[in-house]
Amino acid sequence: METGTTRNVVILGSGPAGLTAAIYTARADLEPLVLEGEPSSTSDQPGGQLMLTTEVENFPGFPGGIMGPQLMMSMREQAERFGAEILTKKATKVDLNARPIGIWTGDPESPEPDVTTRSLIISTGARSLMLGLPNEARLLGYGVSTCATCDGFFFRDKRIAVIGGGDSALEEALFLTKFGQSVTIIHRRKELRASKIMQDRAFKNEKISFMWDSVVTDVLGEDTVTGLRVRDVTSGEERELAIDGLFVAIGHTPSTELFRGQLDTDGAGYLRTTEGSKTEIPGVFACGDVQDHVYRQAITAAGSGCMAAIDAERYLATIE
Amino acid sequence: MADNIITVSDADFDEQVTASDTPVVVDFWAEWCGPCKMVAPVLEEIADDKAGHLKVAKLNVDDNPRTAQRFQVMSIPTLLLFKDGEPASRIVGARSKNQILSEFDRHLS
Repeated sequence: METGTTRNVVILGSGPAGLTAAIYTARADLEPLVLEGEPSSTSDQPGGQLMLTTEVENFPGFPGGIMGPQLMMSMREQAERFGAEILTKKATKVDLNARPIGIWTGDPESPEPDVTTRSLIISTGARSLMLGLPNEARLLGYGVSTCATCDGFFFRDKRIAVIGGGDSALEEALFLTKFGQSVTIIHRRKELRASKIMQDRAFKNEKISFMWDSVVTDVLGEDTVTGLRVRDVTSGEERELAIDGLFVAIGHTPSTELFRGQLDTDGAGYLRTTEGSKTEIPGVFACGDVQDHVYRQAITAAGSGCMAAIDAERYLATIE
Repeated sequence: MADNIITVSDADFDEQVTASDTPVVVDFWAEWCGPCKMVAPVLEEIADDKAGHLKVAKLNVDDNPRTAQRFQVMSIPTLLLFKDGEPASRIVGARSKNQILSEFDRHLS
């Protein structure tokens, strides 16, 4: 990375939104810098949430489906082909009101930013929520998993539980039936919020059973997971469920901590955008799941990344 | 793959890892695992930086389930640091280079 020179555009995040913005701004000769994030096994990582998924069946152009990680590697390659510079780093601090905008990637206390830029595209996405139970954290990697795609293999002929009632939960549950002896979906309500097609598939699958109106209050096991403590929210009764593997898919939270106090968020923490991808600060644009809690699809994220790239390009033309 | 990374299997694990005089980091991975792909280049950098002091080995869990089971690997990527033939430290899940080094460096002095 060249120091001392101000970039035209910096993109934070490298899911479908960020990489589409990178493809468009690179093709517009804006020489974008993408801070793609740092490896982790949550969805807050280079490539975003799709790095943890299996087959993506609804991304147009792939009639036979495509694996999530493969789709993201291809988008990254496409962005690089047009000259996007991609760094495996995370922003630690931003100053959105400075001109040029300042971005820190190292010590946030350092007086000078590591990168400066005329415009910024925020596509930091959303990361999956965990239950937040102490034993869940203790048994991570010993039966508690954040990635069904990665770890389903280890639960061949085992008893698996999936927590959640949305599309992600059902997708994971259906995927896990390829390995497990049984998959129990534990959901806090009496009905699912997943799409009709996913519900139909889940109800039809013989390995899948449901525990309705139920929340998990503890994860049991010494060295590896042996069971869950589950509370029925209508009766208040608690019971134990013997399982070997636990997968949590209870929703997402936007990664917006970095912008707190500088950008407006809605009640759930998502960035607010107007007129396409504009935030309230000129030159700062947001796209993808960091500003969308309604659609949250790979294709809508990619579409909004394109919008942000075009908005940034037009903005740069006005300040020159 | 970088020159400083070796591939190990169920068959030669003891010879390559537990019998090694040099500490070894074993990366338990599989083709279908997205986070494994993201951590692979980080391990290549670590292998180059630490050449001579630390061996980096890759073990495909799909082809070598016995070794994965032997060390209770139930989540990938898992990075296991072996020192004097014994597991000395374990990282479950992908991490940045700095996070990996700060965990393992404590055991490498």
